[in-house]
Amino acid sequence: MANVSLRNVRKTYPGGFEAIKGIEFEIGDGQFCVLVGPSGCGKSTLLRMVAGLETVTSGEVDIGGRVVNEIEPADRDIAMVFQNYALYPHMSVYNNMAYGLRNRGMPKPEIDTRVREAAQTLELAGMLDRKPRQLSGGQRQRVAMGRAIVRQPKVFLFDEPLSNLDAKLRVAMRVEIRKLQRRLKTTSIYVTHDQLEAMTLADILVVMNGGQVEQIGSPLDIYRKPATTFVASFIGAPPMNLIKLGGNEIRAQFAGDSRSAAEAGILGVRPEDLTISGAAATDGGITLNLTVEAIERVGAETFVYGTRARAEKAVSATPGELPEGEVIVRIPGQDAPAIGASIRATASRDKLHLFSANGRNRIDI
Amino acid sequence: MEKSAVFKGKLLPYLLLVPQLVITLVFFYWPASQAVWQSFLREDAFGLNSEFIGLENYQALLAQPEYYKAMATTVVFSSLVAALSLSIALLFATQADKNLKAAPTFKVMMIWPYAVAPAVAGVLWLFIFHPSLGTMARPLRMMGFNWNPMLNGNHAMALVVMAAVWKQIAYNFLFFLAGLQAIPRSVLEAGAIDGAGPYRRFWTITFPLLSPTTFFLLVVNVVYVFFDTFGIIDAVTGGGPAGATTTMVYKVYADGRLGGDLGGSAAQSVILMVIVIVLTAIQFRYVERKVQY
Repeated sequence: MANVSLRNVRKTYPGGFEAIKGIEFEIGDGQFCVLVGPSGCGKSTLLRMVAGLETVTSGEVDIGGRVVNEIEPADRDIAMVFQNYALYPHMSVYNNMAYGLRNRGMPKPEIDTRVREAAQTLELAGMLDRKPRQLSGGQRQRVAMGRAIVRQPKVFLFDEPLSNLDAKLRVAMRVEIRKLQRRLKTTSIYVTHDQLEAMTLADILVVMNGGQVEQIGSPLDIYRKPATTFVASFIGAPPMNLIKLGGNEIRAQFAGDSRSAAEAGILGVRPEDLTISGAAATDGGITLNLTVEAIERVGAETFVYGTRARAEKAVSATPGELPEGEVIVRIPGQDAPAIGASIRATASRDKLHLFSANGRNRIDI
Repeated sequence: MEKSAVFKGKLLPYLLLVPQLVITLVFFYWPASQAVWQSFLREDAFGLNSEFIGLENYQALLAQPEYYKAMATTVVFSSLVAALSLSIALLFATQADKNLKAAPTFKVMMIWPYAVAPAVAGVLWLFIFHPSLGTMARPLRMMGFNWNPMLNGNHAMALVVMAAVWKQIAYNFLFFLAGLQAIPRSVLEAGAIDGAGPYRRFWTITFPLLSPTTFFLLVVNVVYVFFDTFGIIDAVTGGGPAGATTTMVYKVYADGRLGGDLGGSAAQSVILMVIVIVLTAIQFRYVERKVQY
């Protein structure tokens, strides 16, 4: 049980590459923190710095009120689940879990109790004598989890633990991990590039990009009020539609609110907040006239890809997957307009997001 | 997906095998069968005719105390060389596996001795440790150590062991290094987080995971010390002093080539061959079982 605080943490590699550019946040006792970001954003490096597998160039990593910068991984009272599980291939499942306890000189009966208890929890009881190579991917993943929980550490660290599993198992294990963490109430830091995992697991979500924190907050707060266009397009699938504002008809809709209209450079609206309707939006909402280019039916919902009739260019923010001028509308069910049809998509004013022209600042309206 | 090509006709596979079979036949089965046949013969001193004498060569051989002495020498020599070259190579490989700046240079330097022919390696070591010429012999004597591999059997043994180990380390080093680099970093990191210090991590994780490499090298090294060290022994000590460094393979040469007893020498090489086959079989049968693949 412990808080984890990062204070102005930086990491510069010997070559001069700055992987982490001053990160500062705090994770409360028992909270589940998810670090999310595209590959190369430094999230794994940051996790490994907390684990002690990477040195900290400057700043402080604090676990449970103790600065651990110079403390060996073994003495930080943490346990880590690796992406490739990193099980000891020559040891049985039992020994994989018992190894860390033996190294700490725990008496045999207690080791046995803990390992069997963990095996019970993780449904590994019948497999204690097997070697990792005789297990399926999901079972290996559970052994890796077991190795972490038998230690009863202050902090769990997860480095993309589900990315080697198939989609179905990934969802199942995601729920398992969350349930387990709720029950054990162990502070956790979880690294992923999957925004869905991030949204569903996190108490605190940290969105990272280019070695910096873009936004910290509860998943829903971040979804509702993304601080930058990067966060807006990274959190939520399909990504938020971002439309660059010129001196045009959309901007005119904000004419009543002169301050925001003057400062705003980019308008954002989520695909799920757009509706296809016959009438134009009222009350300062927006209306987009679209030509349907493509349709994706996923069953419960349908994505309509349209280009705007008078193409104002949409902003391509990294990792903006939208080509310029394209807008996605998400509608329920399987009904969809025909390809090539002209449609009108509207969103009410409270569903709109405004950002400064460089995308770095959110403007509240 | 069927990946292997299928050839019609029976001839092509055999044709493809022919080069390999010819080489094995000419360079192994033919000389080996000649040796077996010769071990049942006695030749006269001029090599003009030979007569079949059955097992007499073997009986004579097994009645020789020198033969048992050569066996004992071989056991001492081979266990020393195998143990030392394997453990020193492993030590060097673990050092080279660390992220040191000098590691690439270190690796290249480690590999050079392997390119040196055994006899040349022997001569090099003889130059260094020759009792009257050697650069190391003088300092040794000045320290009050009466170093003389020409007269003292133990000194001679130490010298050939050193030369043989020195030469074999390079080979073992290469394989150990490759083996070490095949161990996933994250497994060792998991060990570090699990509270195992570097020493414990080595013996409980690295060493067991290296066992396939170690086992392979053990087999190769045993064959090496039994046969390939001949050049070193011949160049450094010529089997002396008083047979102190006459290993079984050297005795085959000494008795057959120098002593002219072709039948006895052939009998020795047959016994040697059987010993190596048995040793290798034992290694595969018992050691391999404990190997973690």
